[in-house]
Amino acid sequence: MKKVFQHKTFRIFGFVALTLFTVGLSLAVGTRSVPWHEIWAGLNGRIDSIGAAAVAVRMPRTLLAVLAGGALGIAGAVMQGITRNPLADPGILGVNAGAALFVVIGIAWFDISGATTFLWLGVAGAGSAAVFVYAIGSTGQGGATPLKLTLAGTATSIAASAFIIAVVLPRNDIAGSIQSWQVGGIGGARFDTILPAFPFFIVGLLLSLASARVLNALALGEELAAGLGQNVATGRAMAAAGAIILCGTATALCGPIGFVGLVVPHMCRMIAGIDYRILLPLSAFGGATLLGLADVLGRIIARPNELDVGIVTAFVGAPFFIWTVRRQRMRGL
Amino acid sequence: MSMQATDQTTQLRGDIRQHANRRSFIVVALLSAMVLALFVLSLSCGRGCIAPPDVIAALFGSEASGASFVVNDLRLPRALLSILAGLSFGLGGVAFQVMLRNPLASPDIIGISSSAGAAAVFAIVILSFDGWLVSVVAVVSGLLVATVIWGLSSSRGAAGARLILIGIGVSAMLDSVTAYVLLEAPAWDRAEALRWLTGSVNGAQLPNVIPVLAALVVFGGLLLTSARDLDILRLGDDAARALGVRADATRLRVTLAAVGLVAFATSAAGPIAFVAFLSGPIAARLLGGSRGILAAAALVGAVLVLAGDFTGQFLLPTRLPVGVVTGAVGAPFLLYLIVRTNRNGGTL
Repeated sequence: MKKVFQHKTFRIFGFVALTLFTVGLSLAVGTRSVPWHEIWAGLNGRIDSIGAAAVAVRMPRTLLAVLAGGALGIAGAVMQGITRNPLADPGILGVNAGAALFVVIGIAWFDISGATTFLWLGVAGAGSAAVFVYAIGSTGQGGATPLKLTLAGTATSIAASAFIIAVVLPRNDIAGSIQSWQVGGIGGARFDTILPAFPFFIVGLLLSLASARVLNALALGEELAAGLGQNVATGRAMAAAGAIILCGTATALCGPIGFVGLVVPHMCRMIAGIDYRILLPLSAFGGATLLGLADVLGRIIARPNELDVGIVTAFVGAPFFIWTVRRQRMRGL
Repeated sequence: MSMQATDQTTQLRGDIRQHANRRSFIVVALLSAMVLALFVLSLSCGRGCIAPPDVIAALFGSEASGASFVVNDLRLPRALLSILAGLSFGLGGVAFQVMLRNPLASPDIIGISSSAGAAAVFAIVILSFDGWLVSVVAVVSGLLVATVIWGLSSSRGAAGARLILIGIGVSAMLDSVTAYVLLEAPAWDRAEALRWLTGSVNGAQLPNVIPVLAALVVFGGLLLTSARDLDILRLGDDAARALGVRADATRLRVTLAAVGLVAFATSAAGPIAFVAFLSGPIAARLLGGSRGILAAAALVGAVLVLAGDFTGQFLLPTRLPVGVVTGAVGAPFLLYLIVRTNRNGGTL
């Protein structure tokens, strides 16, 4: 027993180390590769060499990759827990699309500027979409099956993107920036837009972590969870609020990024088992690693251009989604 | 006594069949009339209206005052492309839905349209192909993706949850390819790209229309000659074999035809959202179990694209491509379909 625990602990620490390595990589690699001593100079605020200056530019986007990736990873784990659905993901369930729609409407119609307002819009959009998709997906017999939730999410995403295009097309002035934002990019990150998001991330993180026990109980089934003395309804609502805040904020900052929330929790389950008290924090590290690596990959592949991170995650994530579908024994449609 | 009962049954059966035939005839006739009316409307009305007699005069070559250019060069190709793309999407979509026995298994949900779109964009932007070549690339990639999805879901006959989910995954991946290629393209106007991605008949020209017409004749003909076998296939593979229909050969033929239709239409007009998905179920509601679903669905597709394009151009405060209109109509319909099949307890 003790041996197993040590083994697992070892793997968890290996995972955290991987995250740190990714951060280093994200600072070092890009159109221009920078040696480590110049990275150190850049981190200390000196920008006297070109390399150090490049690092100073890469710092905010690395921070954003870590924050947004972590948020999406936890949000995915929480959603999979609440819906007891292995295919749950903020992208697939249409939550990110809802956030994107609200943000775009805010930009185009209400001339909203100011980072905090975007964040509120993102969270509001994510919340509306989540409630809507879950309401549609859980009607009828069998409750919220993976197929129904996925289809409801897909339909919501398509409707949201049709509206986004309807809003954006007449406005050539904002079309370009919104389209690259809509693909999911973290290239344009700046500290002054990231900082206001910290309270959001912290609140979402705390809510999600606090619901780990409820998620553990829910994994046994709703009746059993209630029997174990958990207040299922409140716990679920709290967990959902946490997840919605996290992915709404992440979407407002970098556009809808799919599949991180799907892939990461499954990987973390393989490493650390199904206990949500470990799984949730680990998913944060996993999400940060995945998004960070995807961003680095996107910078390398298309040199000297960059591939938006949302495209890379879709390429990694979609095969994983298919693999999960194939592995699953589909219970009644 | 029993003789008489049999007679009555026979007569009743005949009545029902006659009634069903009449209904499908009426539906097809009404839909054709709607297509014609919308066609005339989109030729004569636009920024300014031209009286139908002048339209006809312009079509037949006589120089009507300023009408010739507007009608022949601007509105006619656009209206023709709308009709042809609508027919192709409707026919291709319903073929998949009938063959896989699942209204959700339409090409725009399971990734066939996305693959045609991604291949077309890749061929245009990266390989700088144009015309026929683009469509051929789109067809080949559509067939490839269909094979991959079939293979991954190991499904024969009816489409289960697995095929649809795998299709959704595949189309997410292909959409990101499209987004990437369009973002990379230096000379490509972003707004134009966005418009193409949702599907648009804007700026159609006669040379673009001809491949779609040819594809409709070839693949549509292939599909219609397979209609009877397809109908029998609905009874299941074993029953079909007993009735002398080779199930796998029929499926291959239908897949080829449907992919061809969707791919040619996509490479000319973009993946007009949800037309392939909507046409079949709407046609089925109209027919109420009568025969002729293929023809009716094709006509519904044409009506959707024509009406959607007209709405997007003139009835809304801003001009929008047809795909935005059909997307906005189609998504709620998909949600409705999910809710309704849930209530009935039927399989999705």
